[in-house]
Amino acid sequence: MSVMSDKMRTYRSHPMSLVFNILTKIAVTLTIGIFVLIVGYVIIKGVPYLKPSLFSANYTSDNCSMLPAIANTFIMLLAALVIAAPLGIFCAVYLVEYAKKGNRFVRLIRLTTETLSGIPSIVYGLFGNMFFVLALNWKLSMLSGACTLAIMVLPLIIRSTEEALKSVDDSFREGSYGLGAGKLRTIFVIVLPPAISGILSGVILAMGRIFGETAALIYTAGTVAKYAGLSDSGRTLAIHMYSLSNEGLHMNEASATAVVLLVVVLLLNGLASLAAKKLSKGGN
Amino acid sequence: MIITDTENTAAKVLTKELHCGNKSGRILEKGMKALFFLCACVSVAAVVVICVFMFAKGCPAIAKIGVKEFLLGSDWSPRNVPASYGIFPMIVGSLYCTAGAIIIGVPIGLMTAVFMAKFCPKKLFKWLMPPINLLAGIPSIVYGFFGMVVVVPLIRNVFGGTGNSVLTVSIILGIMILPTIVGMSVSALQAVPDSYYEGAVALGATHERAVATVVFPAAKSGILASVILAVGRAIGETMAVIMIAGNSPIIPESMLDGVRTLTGNIVIEMSYAEGLHYDALIGTGVVLFVFILLLNLCFNLITGRKDKG
Repeated sequence: MSVMSDKMRTYRSHPMSLVFNILTKIAVTLTIGIFVLIVGYVIIKGVPYLKPSLFSANYTSDNCSMLPAIANTFIMLLAALVIAAPLGIFCAVYLVEYAKKGNRFVRLIRLTTETLSGIPSIVYGLFGNMFFVLALNWKLSMLSGACTLAIMVLPLIIRSTEEALKSVDDSFREGSYGLGAGKLRTIFVIVLPPAISGILSGVILAMGRIFGETAALIYTAGTVAKYAGLSDSGRTLAIHMYSLSNEGLHMNEASATAVVLLVVVLLLNGLASLAAKKLSKGGN
Repeated sequence: MIITDTENTAAKVLTKELHCGNKSGRILEKGMKALFFLCACVSVAAVVVICVFMFAKGCPAIAKIGVKEFLLGSDWSPRNVPASYGIFPMIVGSLYCTAGAIIIGVPIGLMTAVFMAKFCPKKLFKWLMPPINLLAGIPSIVYGFFGMVVVVPLIRNVFGGTGNSVLTVSIILGIMILPTIVGMSVSALQAVPDSYYEGAVALGATHERAVATVVFPAAKSGILASVILAVGRAIGETMAVIMIAGNSPIIPESMLDGVRTLTGNIVIEMSYAEGLHYDALIGTGVVLFVFILLLNLCFNLITGRKDKG
Protein backbone atom coordinates (compact mmCIF):
# COMPACT_ATOMS: atom_id res chain seq x y z
CA MET A 1 0.00 0.00 0.00
CA SER A 2 2.73 2.45 0.92
CA VAL A 3 4.41 1.82 -2.41
CA MET A 4 1.16 2.70 -4.14
CA SER A 5 0.70 5.92 -2.21
CA ASP A 6 4.34 6.80 -2.80
CA LYS A 7 3.75 6.41 -6.48
CA MET A 8 0.59 8.49 -6.36
CA ARG A 9 2.43 11.27 -4.54
CA THR A 10 5.16 11.29 -7.20
CA TYR A 11 2.59 11.42 -9.94
CA ARG A 12 0.74 14.29 -8.26
CA SER A 13 3.84 16.42 -8.40
CA HIS A 14 4.80 15.15 -11.88
CA PRO A 15 1.55 14.90 -13.84
CA MET A 16 3.36 14.52 -17.19
CA SER A 17 4.92 11.28 -15.96
CA LEU A 18 1.49 9.91 -15.22
CA VAL A 19 0.24 10.97 -18.66
CA PHE A 20 3.22 9.30 -20.33
CA ASN A 21 2.71 6.14 -18.33
CA ILE A 22 -0.96 5.98 -19.25
CA LEU A 23 -0.24 6.70 -22.93
CA THR A 24 2.14 3.73 -23.16
CA LYS A 25 -0.46 1.50 -21.55
CA ILE A 26 -3.11 2.66 -24.02
CA ALA A 27 -0.71 1.95 -26.90
CA VAL A 28 -0.02 -1.60 -25.72
CA THR A 29 -3.70 -2.26 -25.23
CA LEU A 30 -4.36 -1.00 -28.75
CA THR A 31 -1.63 -3.14 -30.31
CA ILE A 32 -2.68 -6.32 -28.56
CA GLY A 33 -6.33 -5.44 -29.08
CA ILE A 34 -5.84 -5.07 -32.83
CA PHE A 35 -4.19 -8.49 -32.99
CA VAL A 36 -7.01 -10.11 -31.04
CA LEU A 37 -9.60 -8.24 -33.12
CA ILE A 38 -8.16 -9.31 -36.49
CA VAL A 39 -7.59 -12.95 -35.54
CA GLY A 40 -10.89 -13.19 -33.67
CA TYR A 41 -12.90 -11.52 -36.42
CA VAL A 42 -11.44 -13.64 -39.22
CA ILE A 43 -12.01 -16.86 -37.27
CA ILE A 44 -15.52 -16.05 -36.00
CA LYS A 45 -16.60 -14.79 -39.40
CA GLY A 46 -15.03 -17.62 -41.37
CA VAL A 47 -15.48 -20.83 -39.37
CA PRO A 48 -19.25 -21.17 -40.02
CA TYR A 49 -18.54 -21.24 -43.75
CA LEU A 50 -15.94 -24.02 -43.57
CA LYS A 51 -18.15 -26.55 -45.32
CA PRO A 52 -17.07 -29.94 -46.67
CA SER A 53 -17.91 -28.74 -50.19
CA LEU A 54 -15.01 -26.30 -49.90
CA PHE A 55 -12.71 -29.32 -49.83
CA SER A 56 -14.19 -31.25 -52.74
CA ALA A 57 -11.73 -32.76 -55.15
CA ASN A 58 -12.15 -30.34 -58.03
CA TYR A 59 -12.73 -26.61 -58.30
CA THR A 60 -15.89 -25.35 -59.92
CA SER A 61 -17.23 -21.82 -59.74
CA ASP A 62 -20.06 -23.24 -57.62
CA ASN A 63 -18.18 -25.00 -54.86
CA CYS A 64 -15.05 -22.76 -54.88
CA SER A 65 -13.09 -25.75 -53.59
CA MET A 66 -9.76 -24.80 -52.10
CA LEU A 67 -8.26 -28.28 -52.35
CA PRO A 68 -6.45 -27.69 -55.68
CA ALA A 69 -5.09 -24.43 -54.27
CA ILE A 70 -3.88 -26.20 -51.11
CA ALA A 71 -2.15 -28.88 -53.20
CA ASN A 72 -0.50 -26.19 -55.32
CA THR A 73 0.62 -24.36 -52.20
CA PHE A 74 2.44 -27.47 -50.98
CA ILE A 75 4.15 -27.94 -54.34
CA MET A 76 5.12 -24.27 -54.28
CA LEU A 77 6.46 -24.56 -50.72
CA LEU A 78 8.48 -27.63 -51.59
CA ALA A 79 9.87 -26.26 -54.85
CA ALA A 80 10.81 -22.86 -53.41
CA LEU A 81 12.47 -24.40 -50.35
CA VAL A 82 14.37 -27.01 -52.37
CA ILE A 83 15.96 -24.08 -54.20
CA ALA A 84 16.29 -21.56 -51.38
CA ALA A 85 17.23 -23.71 -48.36
CA PRO A 86 20.52 -25.19 -49.67
CA LEU A 87 21.54 -21.86 -51.23
CA GLY A 88 20.78 -19.94 -48.06
CA ILE A 89 22.35 -22.43 -45.67
CA PHE A 90 25.52 -22.86 -47.75
CA CYS A 91 25.82 -19.10 -48.11
CA ALA A 92 25.65 -18.71 -44.33
CA VAL A 93 28.18 -21.53 -43.87
CA TYR A 94 30.57 -19.67 -46.14
CA LEU A 95 30.03 -16.40 -44.30
CA VAL A 96 30.52 -17.85 -40.82
CA GLU A 97 32.99 -20.70 -41.33
CA TYR A 98 35.16 -19.66 -44.26
CA ALA A 99 35.16 -15.91 -44.85
CA LYS A 100 37.41 -13.76 -42.72
CA LYS A 101 35.42 -11.56 -40.40
CA GLY A 102 34.66 -8.12 -41.75
CA ASN A 103 36.25 -8.55 -45.16
CA ARG A 104 34.85 -6.73 -48.14
CA PHE A 105 33.06 -9.71 -49.68
CA VAL A 106 31.20 -10.43 -46.44
CA ARG A 107 30.10 -6.82 -46.26
CA LEU A 108 28.95 -6.96 -49.88
CA ILE A 109 26.84 -10.04 -49.19
CA ARG A 110 25.38 -8.46 -46.07
CA LEU A 111 24.49 -5.37 -48.09
CA THR A 112 22.82 -7.42 -50.83
CA THR A 113 20.84 -9.60 -48.43
CA GLU A 114 19.64 -6.46 -46.67
CA THR A 115 18.64 -5.00 -50.03
CA LEU A 116 16.83 -8.21 -50.97
CA SER A 117 14.88 -8.25 -47.72
CA GLY A 118 13.80 -4.64 -48.31
CA ILE A 119 12.48 -5.15 -51.84
CA PRO A 120 8.66 -5.24 -51.86
CA SER A 121 7.03 -8.43 -53.10
CA ILE A 122 5.41 -6.71 -56.08
CA VAL A 123 8.87 -5.80 -57.40
CA TYR A 124 9.80 -9.48 -57.11
CA GLY A 125 6.62 -10.23 -59.03
CA LEU A 126 7.56 -7.77 -61.77
CA PHE A 127 11.07 -9.13 -61.97
CA GLY A 128 9.84 -12.74 -62.02
CA ASN A 129 7.45 -11.88 -64.80
CA MET A 130 10.21 -10.24 -66.85
CA PHE A 131 12.95 -12.77 -66.13
CA PHE A 132 11.47 -16.22 -65.54
CA VAL A 133 8.18 -15.89 -67.42
CA LEU A 134 9.28 -13.89 -70.45
CA ALA A 135 13.09 -13.88 -70.78
CA LEU A 136 13.60 -17.56 -69.89
CA ASN A 137 10.23 -18.35 -71.50
CA TRP A 138 9.05 -20.55 -68.64
CA LYS A 139 5.57 -19.03 -69.12
CA LEU A 140 3.24 -18.51 -66.16
CA SER A 141 4.18 -21.60 -64.19
CA MET A 142 4.72 -22.97 -60.70
CA LEU A 143 8.45 -23.11 -61.47
CA SER A 144 8.61 -19.39 -62.30
CA GLY A 145 6.73 -18.67 -59.09
CA ALA A 146 8.94 -20.95 -57.00
CA CYS A 147 12.15 -19.36 -58.31
CA THR A 148 10.81 -15.88 -57.62
CA LEU A 149 9.83 -16.85 -54.08
CA ALA A 150 13.18 -18.60 -53.54
CA ILE A 151 15.01 -15.31 -54.14
CA MET A 152 12.51 -13.55 -51.88
CA VAL A 153 13.02 -15.81 -48.85
CA LEU A 154 16.78 -16.21 -49.33
CA PRO A 155 17.77 -13.37 -46.95
CA LEU A 156 15.50 -14.82 -44.24
CA ILE A 157 17.21 -18.21 -44.38
CA ILE A 158 20.71 -16.74 -44.66
CA ARG A 159 20.26 -14.53 -41.62
CA SER A 160 18.77 -17.14 -39.31
CA THR A 161 21.36 -19.75 -40.33
CA GLU A 162 24.13 -17.23 -39.73
CA GLU A 163 22.82 -16.49 -36.25
CA ALA A 164 22.48 -20.20 -35.52
CA LEU A 165 26.02 -21.01 -36.68
CA LYS A 166 27.47 -18.10 -34.72
CA SER A 167 25.78 -19.35 -31.56
CA VAL A 168 27.72 -22.62 -31.74
CA ASP A 169 30.60 -22.22 -29.33
CA ASP A 170 34.05 -22.10 -30.92
CA SER A 171 35.30 -24.72 -28.46
CA PHE A 172 33.24 -27.25 -30.44
CA ARG A 173 35.22 -26.42 -33.57
CA GLU A 174 38.55 -26.37 -31.75
CA GLY A 175 37.81 -29.72 -30.19
CA SER A 176 36.97 -31.16 -33.56
CA TYR A 177 40.14 -29.81 -35.17
CA GLY A 178 42.09 -31.02 -32.18
CA LEU A 179 40.86 -34.54 -32.74
CA GLY A 180 42.02 -34.26 -36.32
CA ALA A 181 38.79 -33.74 -38.22
CA GLY A 182 38.87 -31.75 -41.43
CA LYS A 183 37.04 -28.49 -41.92
CA LEU A 184 34.26 -30.05 -43.96
CA ARG A 185 33.71 -32.82 -41.45
CA THR A 186 33.74 -30.33 -38.59
CA ILE A 187 31.03 -28.30 -40.30
CA PHE A 188 28.72 -31.18 -41.10
CA VAL A 189 29.25 -33.36 -38.04
CA ILE A 190 30.01 -30.85 -35.28
CA VAL A 191 28.71 -27.38 -36.18
CA LEU A 192 25.50 -27.98 -38.11
CA PRO A 193 23.74 -30.42 -35.71
CA PRO A 194 23.52 -28.07 -32.70
CA ALA A 195 22.54 -25.22 -35.05
CA ILE A 196 19.73 -27.19 -36.65
CA SER A 197 16.87 -25.74 -34.63
CA GLY A 198 17.91 -22.19 -35.48
CA ILE A 199 18.17 -23.05 -39.16
CA LEU A 200 14.80 -24.75 -38.97
CA SER A 201 13.28 -21.65 -37.42
CA GLY A 202 14.40 -19.61 -40.44
CA VAL A 203 13.11 -22.21 -42.88
CA ILE A 204 9.73 -22.34 -41.13
CA LEU A 205 9.49 -18.53 -41.19
CA ALA A 206 10.22 -18.70 -44.91
CA MET A 207 7.41 -21.25 -45.26
CA GLY A 208 5.05 -18.80 -43.59
CA ARG A 209 6.00 -16.07 -46.02
CA ILE A 210 5.59 -18.34 -49.04
CA PHE A 211 2.25 -19.54 -47.74
CA GLY A 212 0.83 -16.04 -47.43
CA GLU A 213 2.44 -14.49 -50.51
CA THR A 214 0.23 -13.07 -53.24
CA ALA A 215 1.75 -10.10 -55.05
CA ALA A 216 4.89 -11.96 -56.16
CA LEU A 217 2.89 -14.89 -57.49
CA ILE A 218 -0.01 -13.43 -59.48
CA TYR A 219 2.12 -12.67 -62.53
CA THR A 220 4.63 -15.48 -62.15
CA ALA A 221 2.58 -18.54 -61.17
CA GLY A 222 -0.75 -17.29 -62.42
CA THR A 223 -4.25 -17.79 -61.12
CA VAL A 224 -5.54 -21.00 -62.72
CA ALA A 225 -7.62 -22.99 -60.22
CA LYS A 226 -6.40 -26.48 -61.10
CA TYR A 227 -3.92 -29.02 -59.78
CA ALA A 228 -0.70 -27.83 -61.36
CA GLY A 229 2.61 -29.50 -62.12
CA LEU A 230 5.84 -27.52 -62.08
CA SER A 231 5.41 -26.31 -65.65
CA ASP A 232 1.72 -25.43 -65.37
CA SER A 233 0.14 -22.27 -64.11
CA GLY A 234 -1.67 -22.72 -60.80
CA ARG A 235 -2.98 -20.62 -57.91
CA THR A 236 -1.83 -21.01 -54.34
CA LEU A 237 -4.20 -20.63 -51.41
CA ALA A 238 -3.43 -16.92 -50.91
CA ILE A 239 -4.13 -16.14 -54.57
CA HIS A 240 -7.26 -18.29 -54.36
CA MET A 241 -8.46 -16.08 -51.55
CA TYR A 242 -7.57 -12.92 -53.46
CA SER A 243 -9.49 -14.08 -56.53
CA LEU A 244 -12.54 -14.98 -54.47
CA SER A 245 -12.68 -11.69 -52.62
CA ASN A 246 -11.86 -9.71 -55.77
CA GLU A 247 -14.77 -11.18 -57.70
CA GLY A 248 -16.99 -10.14 -54.81
CA LEU A 249 -19.41 -13.00 -55.42
CA HIS A 250 -17.97 -15.48 -52.96
CA MET A 251 -17.21 -13.47 -49.84
CA ASN A 252 -18.31 -16.31 -47.54
CA GLU A 253 -15.95 -18.74 -49.20
CA ALA A 254 -13.24 -16.08 -49.06
CA SER A 255 -13.67 -15.69 -45.32
CA ALA A 256 -13.48 -19.47 -44.87
CA THR A 257 -10.25 -19.48 -46.89
CA ALA A 258 -8.95 -16.65 -44.71
CA VAL A 259 -9.36 -18.88 -41.65
CA VAL A 260 -7.28 -21.67 -43.17
CA LEU A 261 -4.63 -19.21 -44.32
CA LEU A 262 -4.44 -17.40 -41.00
CA VAL A 263 -4.37 -20.52 -38.83
CA VAL A 264 -1.62 -22.18 -40.88
CA VAL A 265 0.51 -19.04 -40.96
CA LEU A 266 0.13 -18.44 -37.21
CA LEU A 267 1.00 -22.09 -36.51
CA LEU A 268 4.10 -21.84 -38.69
CA ASN A 269 5.20 -18.64 -36.95
CA GLY A 270 4.62 -20.16 -33.54
CA LEU A 271 6.62 -23.22 -34.55
CA ALA A 272 9.45 -21.01 -35.78
CA SER A 273 9.75 -19.13 -32.50
CA LEU A 274 9.57 -22.43 -30.62
CA ALA A 275 12.51 -23.72 -32.66
CA ALA A 276 14.40 -20.48 -32.07
CA LYS A 277 13.78 -20.76 -28.32
CA LYS A 278 15.12 -24.29 -28.32
CA LEU A 279 18.29 -23.00 -29.95
CA SER A 280 18.87 -20.30 -27.37
CA LYS A 281 18.39 -22.85 -24.58
CA GLY A 282 20.76 -25.31 -26.24
CA GLY A 283 23.32 -22.53 -26.66
CA ASN A 284 23.39 -21.87 -22.94
CA MET B 1 35.57 -17.06 -27.95
CA ILE B 2 36.72 -16.03 -31.40
CA ILE B 3 39.29 -18.05 -33.26
CA THR B 4 42.01 -15.64 -34.19
CA ASP B 5 43.48 -15.76 -37.65
CA THR B 6 46.73 -17.38 -36.53
CA GLU B 7 44.89 -20.12 -34.72
CA ASN B 8 42.74 -20.54 -37.76
CA THR B 9 45.74 -20.98 -40.04
CA ALA B 10 47.34 -23.35 -37.57
CA ALA B 11 44.19 -25.40 -37.55
CA LYS B 12 44.13 -25.33 -41.34
CA VAL B 13 47.72 -26.53 -41.63
CA LEU B 14 47.11 -29.26 -39.09
CA THR B 15 43.95 -30.36 -40.84
CA LYS B 16 45.72 -30.52 -44.13
CA GLU B 17 48.54 -32.61 -42.72
CA LEU B 18 46.35 -34.93 -40.75
CA HIS B 19 43.35 -35.64 -42.84
CA CYS B 20 43.60 -34.22 -46.27
CA GLY B 21 46.82 -35.89 -47.03
CA ASN B 22 45.01 -38.08 -49.48
CA LYS B 23 44.22 -36.38 -52.73
CA SER B 24 40.48 -37.05 -52.93
CA GLY B 25 39.92 -35.58 -49.48
CA ARG B 26 41.72 -32.41 -50.42
CA ILE B 27 39.74 -32.12 -53.63
CA LEU B 28 36.51 -32.59 -51.70
CA GLU B 29 37.46 -29.87 -49.22
CA LYS B 30 38.40 -27.47 -52.01
CA GLY B 31 35.35 -28.36 -54.06
CA MET B 32 32.93 -27.84 -51.19
CA LYS B 33 34.56 -24.55 -50.32
CA ALA B 34 34.03 -23.43 -53.90
CA LEU B 35 30.41 -24.60 -53.71
CA PHE B 36 29.80 -22.64 -50.49
CA PHE B 37 31.39 -19.61 -52.12
CA LEU B 38 29.18 -19.94 -55.20
CA CYS B 39 26.06 -20.14 -53.04
CA ALA B 40 27.22 -17.01 -51.24
CA CYS B 41 27.46 -15.27 -54.59
CA VAL B 42 23.83 -16.01 -55.45
CA SER B 43 22.39 -13.19 -53.36
CA VAL B 44 24.81 -10.73 -54.96
CA ALA B 45 23.92 -12.05 -58.40
CA ALA B 46 20.20 -11.82 -57.62
CA VAL B 47 20.45 -8.15 -56.69
CA VAL B 48 22.50 -7.39 -59.79
CA VAL B 49 20.11 -9.23 -62.13
CA ILE B 50 17.04 -7.62 -60.55
CA CYS B 51 18.58 -4.14 -60.91
CA VAL B 52 19.69 -4.80 -64.50
CA PHE B 53 16.31 -6.11 -65.59
CA MET B 54 14.29 -3.40 -63.86
CA PHE B 55 16.39 -0.53 -65.16
CA ALA B 56 17.08 -1.96 -68.61
CA LYS B 57 13.40 -2.39 -69.30
CA GLY B 58 11.96 0.48 -67.30
CA CYS B 59 14.33 3.34 -68.12
CA PRO B 60 13.92 3.23 -71.94
CA ALA B 61 10.16 3.28 -71.45
CA ILE B 62 10.42 6.28 -69.15
CA ALA B 63 12.71 8.00 -71.67
CA LYS B 64 10.27 7.25 -74.51
CA ILE B 65 7.32 8.69 -72.61
CA GLY B 66 9.45 11.58 -71.42
CA VAL B 67 10.84 11.79 -67.89
CA LYS B 68 8.85 14.90 -67.02
CA GLU B 69 5.67 13.63 -68.61
CA PHE B 70 5.99 10.28 -66.84
CA LEU B 71 6.87 11.50 -63.36
CA LEU B 72 4.86 14.73 -63.27
CA GLY B 73 2.05 14.06 -65.73
CA SER B 74 -1.24 13.79 -63.89
CA ASP B 75 -3.13 11.89 -66.56
CA TRP B 76 -2.91 8.10 -66.62
CA SER B 77 -5.02 6.78 -69.46
CA PRO B 78 -3.13 4.04 -71.26
CA ARG B 79 -6.10 3.00 -73.35
CA ASN B 80 -6.73 6.42 -74.85
CA VAL B 81 -5.52 7.26 -78.34
CA PRO B 82 -2.97 8.74 -77.99
CA ALA B 83 -2.26 7.08 -74.67
CA SER B 84 -0.91 9.14 -71.82
CA TYR B 85 1.25 7.76 -69.03
CA GLY B 86 1.56 10.15 -66.12
CA ILE B 87 2.14 8.48 -62.75
CA PHE B 88 2.14 11.61 -60.62
CA PRO B 89 -1.24 10.71 -59.02
CA MET B 90 0.18 7.34 -58.00
CA ILE B 91 3.37 8.84 -56.57
CA VAL B 92 1.31 11.30 -54.55
CA GLY B 93 -1.08 8.51 -53.55
CA SER B 94 1.76 6.31 -52.30
CA LEU B 95 3.27 9.19 -50.35
CA TYR B 96 -0.08 10.16 -48.79
CA CYS B 97 -0.82 6.60 -47.71
CA THR B 98 2.69 6.09 -46.34
CA ALA B 99 2.54 9.38 -44.45
CA GLY B 100 -0.84 8.40 -43.03
CA ALA B 101 0.50 5.02 -41.97
CA ILE B 102 3.44 6.70 -40.23
CA ILE B 103 1.18 9.19 -38.44
CA ILE B 104 -1.00 6.35 -37.16
CA GLY B 105 1.56 3.58 -36.68
CA VAL B 106 4.65 5.33 -35.31
CA PRO B 107 3.22 6.91 -32.12
CA ILE B 108 1.36 3.72 -31.17
CA GLY B 109 4.36 1.58 -32.08
CA LEU B 110 6.89 3.69 -30.17
CA MET B 111 4.70 3.96 -27.08
CA THR B 112 4.17 0.20 -27.18
CA ALA B 113 7.92 -0.31 -27.51
CA VAL B 114 8.60 1.95 -24.52
CA PHE B 115 6.14 0.00 -22.42
CA MET B 116 7.51 -3.36 -23.53
CA ALA B 117 11.14 -2.40 -22.97
CA LYS B 118 10.94 -0.34 -19.79
CA PHE B 119 7.58 -0.58 -18.00
CA CYS B 120 6.54 -4.15 -18.60
CA PRO B 121 6.88 -6.77 -15.83
CA LYS B 122 8.94 -9.73 -17.05
CA LYS B 123 6.09 -12.18 -16.66
CA LEU B 124 3.78 -10.04 -18.77
CA PHE B 125 6.46 -9.52 -21.44
CA LYS B 126 6.46 -13.24 -22.17
CA TRP B 127 2.75 -13.06 -22.97
CA LEU B 128 2.61 -9.73 -24.79
CA MET B 129 5.56 -10.05 -27.19
CA PRO B 130 4.43 -13.13 -29.19
CA PRO B 131 1.14 -11.58 -30.39
CA ILE B 132 3.02 -8.46 -31.50
CA ASN B 133 5.48 -10.60 -33.45
CA LEU B 134 2.62 -12.63 -34.92
CA LEU B 135 1.16 -9.43 -36.37
CA ALA B 136 4.14 -9.51 -38.75
CA GLY B 137 3.26 -13.03 -39.85
CA ILE B 138 -0.34 -12.34 -40.88
CA PRO B 139 -0.44 -12.39 -44.70
CA SER B 140 -1.16 -9.05 -46.36
CA ILE B 141 -4.14 -10.55 -48.14
CA VAL B 142 -5.75 -11.22 -44.75
CA TYR B 143 -5.12 -7.61 -43.69
CA GLY B 144 -6.74 -6.53 -46.95
CA PHE B 145 -9.71 -8.76 -46.32
CA PHE B 146 -10.08 -7.42 -42.78
CA GLY B 147 -9.89 -3.87 -44.13
CA MET B 148 -12.47 -4.63 -46.78
CA VAL B 149 -15.07 -6.16 -44.48
CA VAL B 150 -14.47 -4.13 -41.30
CA VAL B 151 -12.64 -0.83 -41.84
CA VAL B 152 -14.20 0.17 -45.19
CA PRO B 153 -17.82 -0.10 -43.94
CA LEU B 154 -16.80 1.63 -40.71
CA ILE B 155 -15.34 4.63 -42.56
CA ARG B 156 -18.34 4.68 -44.91
CA ASN B 157 -20.79 4.80 -42.01
CA VAL B 158 -18.88 7.30 -39.92
CA PHE B 159 -17.55 9.74 -42.53
CA GLY B 160 -19.65 8.98 -45.62
CA GLY B 161 -18.23 8.44 -49.09
CA THR B 162 -17.41 5.01 -50.47
CA GLY B 163 -15.14 4.01 -47.61
CA ASN B 164 -12.33 3.16 -50.03
CA SER B 165 -10.07 6.02 -49.06
CA VAL B 166 -6.64 7.31 -48.07
CA LEU B 167 -7.76 7.11 -44.46
CA THR B 168 -8.72 3.43 -44.72
CA VAL B 169 -5.41 2.56 -46.36
CA SER B 170 -3.50 4.55 -43.74
CA ILE B 171 -5.21 2.70 -40.91
CA ILE B 172 -4.47 -0.76 -42.33
CA LEU B 173 -0.88 0.16 -43.24
CA GLY B 174 -0.45 1.72 -39.81
CA ILE B 175 -1.41 -1.62 -38.27
CA MET B 176 0.84 -3.54 -40.64
CA ILE B 177 3.97 -1.55 -39.71
CA LEU B 178 3.41 -1.91 -35.94
CA PRO B 179 5.41 -5.14 -35.49
CA THR B 180 8.37 -3.73 -37.45
CA ILE B 181 8.50 -0.60 -35.30
CA VAL B 182 7.88 -2.33 -31.97
CA GLY B 183 10.32 -5.20 -32.57
CA MET B 184 13.29 -3.06 -33.57
CA SER B 185 12.61 -0.24 -31.11
CA VAL B 186 12.34 -2.65 -28.17
CA SER B 187 15.79 -4.04 -28.92
CA ALA B 188 17.16 -0.52 -29.40
CA LEU B 189 15.72 0.60 -26.04
CA GLN B 190 16.95 -2.51 -24.27
CA ALA B 191 20.45 -1.96 -25.65
CA VAL B 192 20.80 1.39 -23.86
CA PRO B 193 23.12 0.88 -20.86
CA ASP B 194 21.28 0.88 -17.52
CA SER B 195 23.70 3.46 -16.16
CA TYR B 196 21.97 6.14 -18.29
CA TYR B 197 18.66 5.41 -16.61
CA GLU B 198 20.18 5.11 -13.16
CA GLY B 199 21.98 8.42 -13.58
CA ALA B 200 18.77 10.20 -14.51
CA VAL B 201 16.88 8.70 -11.59
CA ALA B 202 19.69 9.59 -9.21
CA LEU B 203 19.36 13.19 -10.36
CA GLY B 204 15.73 13.12 -9.26
CA ALA B 205 13.86 12.27 -12.45
CA THR B 206 10.78 10.07 -12.18
CA HIS B 207 10.89 6.65 -13.80
CA GLU B 208 8.85 7.90 -16.78
CA ARG B 209 10.87 11.07 -17.17
CA ALA B 210 14.14 9.15 -17.13
CA VAL B 211 12.86 6.84 -19.85
CA ALA B 212 11.38 9.61 -21.99
CA THR B 213 14.19 12.14 -21.77
CA VAL B 214 17.32 10.01 -21.34
CA VAL B 215 16.83 6.40 -22.50
CA PHE B 216 14.63 7.20 -25.48
CA PRO B 217 16.99 9.79 -27.03
CA ALA B 218 19.93 7.44 -26.47
CA ALA B 219 18.16 4.80 -28.58
CA LYS B 220 17.20 7.22 -31.32
CA SER B 221 19.29 5.76 -34.15
CA GLY B 222 17.77 2.30 -33.68
CA ILE B 223 14.31 3.84 -33.43
CA LEU B 224 14.87 5.90 -36.57
CA ALA B 225 16.05 2.76 -38.38
CA SER B 226 12.83 0.99 -37.38
CA VAL B 227 10.77 3.88 -38.77
CA ILE B 228 12.67 3.80 -42.07
CA LEU B 229 12.09 0.06 -42.36
CA ALA B 230 8.42 0.68 -41.64
CA VAL B 231 8.24 3.32 -44.40
CA GLY B 232 9.69 0.74 -46.79
CA ARG B 233 7.07 -1.79 -45.79
CA ALA B 234 4.23 0.70 -46.13
CA ILE B 235 5.27 2.05 -49.52
CA GLY B 236 5.83 -1.44 -50.94
CA GLU B 237 2.64 -3.02 -49.64
CA THR B 238 0.41 -4.16 -52.47
CA MET B 239 -2.39 -6.64 -51.94
CA ALA B 240 -3.80 -5.18 -48.75
CA VAL B 241 -3.84 -1.75 -50.36
CA ILE B 242 -5.57 -2.54 -53.63
CA MET B 243 -8.43 -4.25 -51.81
CA ILE B 244 -9.34 -1.09 -49.91
CA ALA B 245 -7.99 1.89 -51.89
CA GLY B 246 -10.61 2.43 -54.60
CA ASN B 247 -7.79 2.56 -57.15
CA SER B 248 -8.88 5.41 -59.41
CA PRO B 249 -5.75 7.12 -60.79
CA ILE B 250 -6.67 10.59 -59.59
CA ILE B 251 -4.87 12.74 -57.03
CA PRO B 252 -6.98 12.49 -53.87
CA GLU B 253 -8.28 15.82 -52.64
CA SER B 254 -9.24 14.74 -49.15
CA MET B 255 -8.58 11.90 -46.76
CA LEU B 256 -11.85 10.32 -47.78
CA ASP B 257 -11.13 10.17 -51.52
CA GLY B 258 -10.09 6.98 -53.23
CA VAL B 259 -6.46 6.59 -54.15
CA ARG B 260 -4.21 4.48 -56.36
CA THR B 261 -0.68 3.69 -55.21
CA LEU B 262 2.36 2.82 -57.32
CA THR B 263 2.09 -0.81 -56.25
CA GLY B 264 -1.62 -0.91 -57.03
CA ASN B 265 -1.01 0.52 -60.50
CA ILE B 266 1.24 -2.42 -61.35
CA VAL B 267 -1.02 -5.19 -60.07
CA ILE B 268 -4.26 -3.83 -61.48
CA GLU B 269 -3.09 -3.33 -65.06
CA MET B 270 -0.42 -5.98 -65.48
CA SER B 271 -2.92 -8.63 -66.57
CA TYR B 272 -3.83 -6.93 -69.82
CA ALA B 273 -0.91 -4.56 -70.46
CA GLU B 274 1.02 -4.86 -73.72
CA GLY B 275 3.80 -2.98 -75.48
CA LEU B 276 4.53 0.48 -74.12
CA HIS B 277 1.80 0.08 -71.51
CA TYR B 278 3.62 -2.97 -70.05
CA ASP B 279 6.90 -1.07 -70.14
CA ALA B 280 5.27 1.90 -68.43
CA LEU B 281 4.20 -0.44 -65.61
CA ILE B 282 7.82 -1.63 -65.32
CA GLY B 283 8.70 2.08 -65.19
CA THR B 284 6.28 2.45 -62.28
CA GLY B 285 8.13 -0.45 -60.66
CA VAL B 286 11.44 1.34 -61.25
CA VAL B 287 10.18 4.46 -59.46
CA LEU B 288 9.07 2.28 -56.53
CA PHE B 289 12.38 0.42 -56.61
CA VAL B 290 14.35 3.69 -56.48
CA PHE B 291 12.31 4.80 -53.46
CA ILE B 292 13.14 1.50 -51.74
CA LEU B 293 16.84 1.69 -52.62
CA LEU B 294 17.02 5.23 -51.20
CA LEU B 295 15.32 4.05 -48.00
CA ASN B 296 17.78 1.14 -47.80
CA LEU B 297 20.65 3.59 -48.20
CA CYS B 298 19.31 5.73 -45.32
CA PHE B 299 18.87 2.58 -43.23
CA ASN B 300 22.45 1.49 -43.88
CA LEU B 301 23.82 4.95 -43.10
CA ILE B 302 22.00 5.03 -39.77
CA THR B 303 22.80 1.49 -38.63
CA GLY B 304 26.37 1.84 -39.93
CA ARG B 305 26.88 4.98 -37.87
CA LYS B 306 25.52 3.19 -34.82
CA ASP B 307 28.03 0.35 -35.22
CA LYS B 308 30.94 2.76 -35.39
CA GLY B 309 29.84 5.14 -32.65
